[in-house]
Amino acid sequence: MHPVAESLEKRFSEIFLGSRESLGDLSVYIRSENALEVFRALHDEPEYAYDYIVDVTSVDYPMDPERFEVIYILYSISRRHRVMVKIRVTEDAPVVDSVVGIWKGAEFMEREVYDMMGIQFRGHPDLRRILMPDDYEEGFPLRKDFPLVGKGWRDNFSFVPRFQESRPEIEGKNGDSNSFLPS
Amino acid sequence: MDTEKTTGVKEDIRQKEIVLGSLRQAVLQNLDSSIQTDQFLLNMGPQHPSTHGVLRVLLDLDGERIKRSVPDLGYLHRGTEKIAEYRTYNQIIPLTDRLDYVSAMANNYAFVRTVEKLLQLKVPERAEFVRTIVAEVQRIVNHLFWLGTQALDIGAMSVFFYTFREREELLDIFEILCGARLTTNYYRVGGVESDIPQHVVDRLYRFIDAFDGNIREYNTLLETNRIWLARTKNIAVITAEDAINFGLSGPTLRGSGVPYDLRKFEPYGAYDQVEFDVPVGQNGDIYDRYWIRIEEMRQSAKIVRQCLDKLPSGPIMTDDHKVSFPEKGNVMHNMETLIHHFLLVVHGFNVPPGDTYCGTETPKGELGFYIVSDGTGKPYRMKIRAPSFVNMGAFDFMAKGYMIADIITIFGTYDIVMGECDR
Repeated sequence: MHPVAESLEKRFSEIFLGSRESLGDLSVYIRSENALEVFRALHDEPEYAYDYIVDVTSVDYPMDPERFEVIYILYSISRRHRVMVKIRVTEDAPVVDSVVGIWKGAEFMEREVYDMMGIQFRGHPDLRRILMPDDYEEGFPLRKDFPLVGKGWRDNFSFVPRFQESRPEIEGKNGDSNSFLPS
Repeated sequence: MDTEKTTGVKEDIRQKEIVLGSLRQAVLQNLDSSIQTDQFLLNMGPQHPSTHGVLRVLLDLDGERIKRSVPDLGYLHRGTEKIAEYRTYNQIIPLTDRLDYVSAMANNYAFVRTVEKLLQLKVPERAEFVRTIVAEVQRIVNHLFWLGTQALDIGAMSVFFYTFREREELLDIFEILCGARLTTNYYRVGGVESDIPQHVVDRLYRFIDAFDGNIREYNTLLETNRIWLARTKNIAVITAEDAINFGLSGPTLRGSGVPYDLRKFEPYGAYDQVEFDVPVGQNGDIYDRYWIRIEEMRQSAKIVRQCLDKLPSGPIMTDDHKVSFPEKGNVMHNMETLIHHFLLVVHGFNVPPGDTYCGTETPKGELGFYIVSDGTGKPYRMKIRAPSFVNMGAFDFMAKGYMIADIITIFGTYDIVMGECDR
């Protein structure tokens, strides 16, 4: 077992679930409750010193009872070591604690995870959609049950015709506002 | 691990922290004490020549000073991560071209490295050298583009013409290598698509010989230019501690004095066989990041020269035919080879189940791919860690207290490309 995982297991026996090393990457699995304690220690303690947040991401496993996996990729610049901390959450309560208070860079990353996968981050200062439009209605595009072509939201957009085309819809709806179009 | 070295770095950072912290304080105090003029919201973008793409920022202003800025991203979102789940690994390489479209080679490299890590595939030595050469040439191309446009944003138009002169030469070389100038699709899992011919090697040598003089030429245009200095010095200052906390990478992070460079920290390709320095800044301002990029171009030229000197002979593609295509001549005459070729095109190669993260030092910073494989020919999940996106997260923090006009230079200093930011 990797020394980092070993000491985490000793300190946080309640939260720590297990660890895995593959392809040179260390993955640490923890519970979502009180996960913030672990993150705080990983950032603050010189023993870990994971001061750099690489990414926050998520994976959807629809067949699993704990459907979503949130992955925090952390790096220690002084120790030159990377760790992936993984938390599983269920579909009914896809909530984890936000780490923005520890790594400010997590703000955009967590917003993206929320936008794409619909996972809520408790304590996030500004949890809005970031890449998709604010009024996006189709849900969360990176979930596995979301079709690649979308759910038809775009088909409802009002149609703006080219100059030569007939434009019955526009005329009916907007009247004079389209007077810049040639008649 | 060299602990003495790292503690030295830490001490160094702490020293700079004090200086930079007070500088930032002064800017923020200035904001508090400035004459209270009309406050208003200004919408900038999404169509604005200086936002380097389609980016919208809402600015909360006190007179001309920025109190708060809210970036609105996503105008160039194309769902690359979703599309990738429906494509074979080879089909994803051209998708990565369109992330950071001014340095497509670097994106290809980052992606194929991640897949190779999952496959635990060894790449032939010549291929490693060719990849390193091309990646460094791409870095020069990117930084030339950055220098030209940053100067153009500030108002110095002539630099643009000088840098694009050299950029053209390098893009011509790309065109010889892979037939495309921007969306290159050159790297392959297990090697590269075509070998680097001798006349290109000669051409690269000629380019590097002249390049030092060219850089001096750009510097004469900017170094003592008072407008350039006034617009870049002490603007968008960020301390090392904040920069690390925000997860910045690339020249944006190194400008604050953090020597975080994956080419040194986790050497890949041929970087452990060449000598080069990682330039770091002192003041964490736009001027330092400019200086770093200039110096990085010199270092890249140095790397390219060393690689060309050492360029070994041999294959440019792995002989593991699970991932590499069979020779075209055999495909035409041999039934089994044709079936093999057909399978690779239609089904792709299977990648063993597992997940991994692999970061690559691209010209913009750390471009990372996190790929989850379920054992099939398509990734189960692919996450792109885009440096432009993460750097944008610090935008509000870095722009606070500066003037509207500085917004343009701050976009420029990130070297932001929206294709990568929105993916």
